[in-house]
Amino acid sequence: MASRYSMWSVFRNGLSGQQHWDRVWRDPEPASHYDVVIVGGGLHGLATAYYLKKMHGIRRVAVLEKGWIGGGNAGRNTTIVRSNYRLPGNREFYEHSLSLWENLSHELNYNVMFSQRGHVTVLHSPGAIDTFSRTYNTLRMTGSDGEFWDLDTLKKNIPHLNYAADARFPIYGATVQPRAGTARHDAVVWGYARAADALGVDLIQNCEVTGITRDADRIASLQTSRGVITGDKTAFAVAGHTSQLWHMAGLGGLPIESHKLQAFVSEPLKPLLDHVVAFSVGGGLFYVSQSDKGGMVFGGDLDWYKSYAQRGNLPMVQNVAECATALLPCLGRVRLLRHWAGVMDMSMDGSFFICKTPLSNLYLNAGWNYGGFKASPASGWYFADLIANDRPHDVIRHHDLQRFARGYIIDERGAGADPKLHG
Amino acid sequence: MIKIDCPFCGVRDHSEFSYGGDGSIEWPALDASASDWVTAVYERDNIRGKQWETWHHLYGCRQWLLVERDTLTHEIHTVKLAHSGCGQLSR
Repeated sequence: MASRYSMWSVFRNGLSGQQHWDRVWRDPEPASHYDVVIVGGGLHGLATAYYLKKMHGIRRVAVLEKGWIGGGNAGRNTTIVRSNYRLPGNREFYEHSLSLWENLSHELNYNVMFSQRGHVTVLHSPGAIDTFSRTYNTLRMTGSDGEFWDLDTLKKNIPHLNYAADARFPIYGATVQPRAGTARHDAVVWGYARAADALGVDLIQNCEVTGITRDADRIASLQTSRGVITGDKTAFAVAGHTSQLWHMAGLGGLPIESHKLQAFVSEPLKPLLDHVVAFSVGGGLFYVSQSDKGGMVFGGDLDWYKSYAQRGNLPMVQNVAECATALLPCLGRVRLLRHWAGVMDMSMDGSFFICKTPLSNLYLNAGWNYGGFKASPASGWYFADLIANDRPHDVIRHHDLQRFARGYIIDERGAGADPKLHG
Repeated sequence: MIKIDCPFCGVRDHSEFSYGGDGSIEWPALDASASDWVTAVYERDNIRGKQWETWHHLYGCRQWLLVERDTLTHEIHTVKLAHSGCGQLSR
């Protein structure tokens, strides 16, 4: 078991030339049988494994990862954490997630560098002010924090936005969630992996599920690149590629399409932006923060067509760059360091699934749209609760696959049944 | 950039087009059961590989096209008109 990180351990290992740190997590051979097998070693799968052990005392838990820990969307996001969701279910879920984030470094004994720098949504019309005020009033009425900043307050806090009177989208004010912010994405995934491993979870890397054997309405076994593995319960947490496993299990279609989302980081700059800033107008979406290394980390809309390619297209690079310079003209001559794309489960109403499935021992965690990173602590928490107790928690009882048939659409944007519109 | 060979306009960049979605959906009759409609409206095979999909040549001839495209490699295999009745206009 890995030793506990502390000021003392940093000091001691500093004196001995950093030669005596323990392995961060074991690299076990897969056993043939587990109580719970989680497919997907991303943030959601790892958090699920951690809470299954921590909260529910499940004995034998494995996480199967087809690549390596931290190599998927855990390493392909813009690291924004916020809870400004309005609809019942989403509201409580994301609020719970934010409260887990607030103690996550202590919980995991791993510095996830959660920085509550505030999330600022810039507003460009009186109508936008009304709409967002409604959401942020809902936040305030349900135990969260939300503020409205008028133009003077906004200018004082973020002086270099484009406040010109002739700006294409003149700024009227902003809604702000002060407790929101960013976290270090690698640290979160490594922290959950290390903490789960320390509790005895087997993290099996380079283990791709290649086939699924059914026994009537049960999953009998998983064929993997490292042998056959069986579990009393199986859980899918592979957002981006949920449909492939679903087909492998012989379950047909899902209310999900896979789309790709690009993210960008610039060359490092001196401190420029203290907050997370989001800009959303018809035809443009842009969100930006500055990393601790000084890089401007930002992203925009989906690439607008379905894709499993983990690479982005150039028209969207141009779109995002136009948004960047519309909002922050001072970025005009900043050079990009990297850009990348991740494959997302875009669901039919823009909300996630944590639910039981048509198979009695299979559980589903999917459909994270843009919201997967911020959601991961609560996603693991509620998914573990579902798997351990075989019933959904009250908060996520509507986040199932049958909600469309019931007419219970959880659509924050009101965009309708088109996955690409739920950015 | 994906290049789509529009039967009316020739090869154009995909930025002239608007993506529709899964082109293999068969819409049920108007009086079909609610569950048939739920399946058609909400459930997708979400194929990783070759699939039929609809694209709208929004900044061109404004026709809807059926495109057979690989969702992993973005290679385009076939482009044809989405609606019958306008085939006589094709090149």
